[in-house]
Amino acid sequence: MTDDRRDREVPVAGGGLLHRRALLMAGAITGGGLATSVFAAGRSPPPASMLQPGAALSGYGARSRSGAAIQRIVPELPFPGTGSSRTPLQLLEGTITPNGLHFERHHNGVPQIDPATHELLVHGLVRQPLLFRYEDLLRYPRESRVLFLECSGNSGALGAPEPVQASAGQLNGLVSGAEWTGVRLSRLLGEAGLTGEAAWVQAEGADAAGMVRSIPLSICLDDAMVALFQNGEPLRPEQGFPMRLLLPGIEGNASVKWLRRLKVMAAPAFSREETSKYTDLLPDGKAEQFSLRMGVKSIILNPSYGLDLHGAGYQEISGLAWSGRGSIRKVEVSADGGATWGEAALGGPVLPKALTRFRMPWRWNGAPATLMSRATDETGAVQPLRAAWLAQSGASKGYHSNVVQSWRVQADGKIAHVYA
Amino acid sequence: MSTPDRVILGGVAALALSCAAVYAHLNSRRVDSPQLGRPASPDVIRRMDISVGADGGGLPPGAGTVAQGRATYAAKCQMCHGEAGTGGIADPLTGGIGSLATAKPVKTVASYWPYAPPLFDYIRRAMPLTAPQSLKDDEVYGLVAYLLSVDGIVAPDARLDAGSLTRIRMPNRKGFISLEDRDFDGNAERIAPPVEGAR
Repeated sequence: MTDDRRDREVPVAGGGLLHRRALLMAGAITGGGLATSVFAAGRSPPPASMLQPGAALSGYGARSRSGAAIQRIVPELPFPGTGSSRTPLQLLEGTITPNGLHFERHHNGVPQIDPATHELLVHGLVRQPLLFRYEDLLRYPRESRVLFLECSGNSGALGAPEPVQASAGQLNGLVSGAEWTGVRLSRLLGEAGLTGEAAWVQAEGADAAGMVRSIPLSICLDDAMVALFQNGEPLRPEQGFPMRLLLPGIEGNASVKWLRRLKVMAAPAFSREETSKYTDLLPDGKAEQFSLRMGVKSIILNPSYGLDLHGAGYQEISGLAWSGRGSIRKVEVSADGGATWGEAALGGPVLPKALTRFRMPWRWNGAPATLMSRATDETGAVQPLRAAWLAQSGASKGYHSNVVQSWRVQADGKIAHVYA
Repeated sequence: MSTPDRVILGGVAALALSCAAVYAHLNSRRVDSPQLGRPASPDVIRRMDISVGADGGGLPPGAGTVAQGRATYAAKCQMCHGEAGTGGIADPLTGGIGSLATAKPVKTVASYWPYAPPLFDYIRRAMPLTAPQSLKDDEVYGLVAYLLSVDGIVAPDARLDAGSLTRIRMPNRKGFISLEDRDFDGNAERIAPPVEGAR
């Protein structure tokens, strides 16, 4: 059977990368193998779980004991509520991040807010300033969208002079994917009635940082929402309960959590978070400001640092790709350090501004190999190589790193982070 | 026309006008929009809006001196931001002027911030970390004056209020490039969409 399968495998690039149809064949053969073993088995002692009643029903499900070991990556911080925790991307599958594992970035802790007293004020350059209660917004027409959310500081460690030896989640875990449900921001702004000079909207959170960002009106009127639900349940406190801004494809900091105020303005406020922080300092000393759109990006999660290979043979390479400009058009994978590339299979549906799972069948011959992935989005923009990104941005930029990343598979199956 | 007539006619005219305004307002409503927001009074807005813009809009009455700010800083800020704002477990706030184009840029209030009024905005809303919004407006003015005096952006005996704070020109005022004309997309790989009307 193994020989049959190998005969039908079609190489598409160097280092053992196979045509993506090998994924389907692998599935069929595994299925056949299972069926054979069931019928061939004799009567063996049943597992203990079949010999006694299981646990009781529960009001809110818990994870399996082994699954509960999957935790956000939480650093040691001088102020425990000021900083970020990361999604352990390499331990998860699919494209939806469980709510308890969605990355966090707080600027002064997670507030506990009573939805009965919380109000959202829309004011500034509007005909009629309005106050909305949580229960008001629950009566508005809703929409649901599957979207990625990424902190613009994500993958900043890729600028380090030497490759940091850390897991995919430690390096890139300030991105998560979820289905968000809420009210279109354009509807609320429309009800207040924008005046002619309206050009920016300042959003403010009800946290101890009083987080504020100025957001271009064009983005607010495009596809922005005031989100109330995440993956089917009300927002969690660390994601902005009772309500947050959600700006598809835009750097995470601007999707202000615990939203309490929207001030329509003629010009940006140039607040601390849009000048001192979240601006991109270039080598010539000038800084780009309002670099809000997230670029096209992909990362290989399996195999990756910490998920070593156990012997040569068939493997599936898989990872995530996304773009703030829209849908992923293709993801290419290389197993020979970028010398040759093969096109990976994309898990559908491929949604705009959402995480897309890619998969690439691979027969590893046991020799050292360097794995890379490179995404192209619907505008035709291609994820840049690290050297090209650094040449344009400089090492001190820190934000908006979307460089091609590389994992070196050593002959013993251990995996290192490398710059290729 | 007698005076009472004028009053009555005036009243009718005003009533007609207000009816027209209400009617126009109702007409402008989208029938499919729930309209559940309640009108917010100027008083409610005043109590909720703590924003200060780069143009100084929203700065409150009050004032503070460098000397007052130095004392507040020593009591409430120095344990995190270090002596004279040189940094500690929290960001440095002073120094770094002229470093932005070097291999080791030092981004501080003095070297990097383009406008002074947002410093008031940030300190008042977010600092100190353990007790945000606990500082009086005069204390915030004093802190801004002190921090800017360290690098000579204001005089050692400066006293700042809404007017003088707004007039301060920060060293890096011209240091920023807005990406508004690049669709807010600063990424290296961005492909510029074709310009409409271009051949």
